[in-house]
Amino acid sequence: MSANLIPILWQATLQTLYMVATSTLLGTLIGGPLGVFLATSRRGELLSAPWLNTVLGLIVNAARSTPFIILVVAIIPFTRLIAGTSIGTTAAIVPLTIAAAPFIARLIETAIREVDAGLIEAARAMGATPGQIVRKVLIPEAMPGIILGLTLAVVSLIGYSAMVGAVGGEGLGDLGIRYGYQRFMPEVMLAVVVILIVLVQLVQSAGEWIAARFDKRAPRNRGR
Amino acid sequence: MTGPAISFQGVTRRYPQKGGGDVVALHDIWLDVPQGAITGIIGRSGAGKSTLLRMVNGLERPSAGKVIVNDHDVGAASDAGLRRIRREVGMIFQHFNLLASRTVAENIALPLEIAGEDRARIAPRVAELIERVGLTAQAGRYPAELSGGQKQRVGIARALATGPRVLLSDEATSALDPDTTRQVLDLLQAINRDLGLTILLITHEMAVVRDICSHVAVIEAGRIVETGETYAVFSKPAHATTRSFLTGVTGVAVPQFVAHRMQETPQSPEAEAVLQITFIGSHATDPMLARLTAERGVSVNILAGAIEEIGTRPFGSLIVALPAQRLEEARRFLEEHGLLTEVLGHVG
Repeated sequence: MSANLIPILWQATLQTLYMVATSTLLGTLIGGPLGVFLATSRRGELLSAPWLNTVLGLIVNAARSTPFIILVVAIIPFTRLIAGTSIGTTAAIVPLTIAAAPFIARLIETAIREVDAGLIEAARAMGATPGQIVRKVLIPEAMPGIILGLTLAVVSLIGYSAMVGAVGGEGLGDLGIRYGYQRFMPEVMLAVVVILIVLVQLVQSAGEWIAARFDKRAPRNRGR
Repeated sequence: MTGPAISFQGVTRRYPQKGGGDVVALHDIWLDVPQGAITGIIGRSGAGKSTLLRMVNGLERPSAGKVIVNDHDVGAASDAGLRRIRREVGMIFQHFNLLASRTVAENIALPLEIAGEDRARIAPRVAELIERVGLTAQAGRYPAELSGGQKQRVGIARALATGPRVLLSDEATSALDPDTTRQVLDLLQAINRDLGLTILLITHEMAVVRDICSHVAVIEAGRIVETGETYAVFSKPAHATTRSFLTGVTGVAVPQFVAHRMQETPQSPEAEAVLQITFIGSHATDPMLARLTAERGVSVNILAGAIEEIGTRPFGSLIVALPAQRLEEARRFLEEHGLLTEVLGHVG
């Protein structure tokens, strides 16, 4: 591989990190509260709002069942409205965020539903408001699961980010296609794949490490 | 305050079922829980005791009737009013319900944080509570690192944090071994004594009632079938459910070889009557049985017996067999001398 490809690979890596980090952050800002709401708003639950729960659930499912590449193209007008342009790395963050938010919402919903109902009852018995129960009980207790869920989301977004080359999103995936495939430089393709593998490994390991730091429950398969 | 700490007034709880028809979990409950006492509600699973307990802090609401706690009508309280009432009513649970993500000290601080207490005032209060339940060395540990008994101590400290006047206990010792159960019951008794706290507990174990409850209510299929001071209920149980709970705990049951042959009425002139004799306080039975033989010539055959303590008072039960023809005479003699008798059946 010629030395002048190194800066190109480096820049593409930074672009991927930028897109993934920003869309994870924005996706969590939208998907986090949405997930908490979905986890607590069925009939008879803490924030009981069955109709809104159903409607939001349908929207989340619709967003999640749309193939990402179709989503990217379908929302180009919306992307232009938000980002001022429909092409480029920053513009690519819009569809990535819209794909990430419902995914993160479902992951956080699942993590929160894992929290023992007895803890909610105990907090209610203490005179906690629904907001206090969410902040002081549900989110801290679900934190290990939330971290693992976000790890999964980041890994998925790394994969999605490879498709935004379709709207000039650049990044590693785009580089792999343009150089590796269209210019027939298989070593670039290989380098891109290796970098992606390393990124995913790092994210996964970091996520598991952080989740373990938050996890104060008894170790599984060991006593008690 | 002279009235009861908790008063159930005609409380009914129905659960509407899909496709019509209601399940009645509680039926017209009238019960006063005295101030500063430990009262036990005993019943089998599904009897409604858990629903009844949860009425006190509004986790369940009555379909009809009133629940009055510290002069507040719980069923009629607004959300904010209910949260205030809940801060005056602590609760402990069978499975402890501690937050795994918080240390012992942080768990105990939770109700204070919820009540909006100043950070500066939380720490000394938590330290005081930890000391009271004897967990100073474990303050920085997480629940997963504690034994069951230690976890329940944390639960108790947490329930006391906001200085409640009433403590509710939901089968708090049912997940614990006998030694640990004893320690947790001792702690509850000490709290009741030292703080004058009213404790209402539910249990399916008569031993818990015997050990710490001064008052007891027996619940069966959503109805209170018997209620009163523990000692009185133990010495003269009126309801079959109470008696069946008591056989487990007073250690007397008719031996199998007799139980198999027992019938309602005597079948022959030689039949024997099976009699349960209960003695309380300072009465001694052996001289009474000996006198029954010596003075009346009635021979008595002892089948089973045990002596227990309820509170600090001795409480004994004997099951004996004696000739059925002499039964009425023997009962009169024993009851004249302050013993309680009950005919369980006849053999032969």
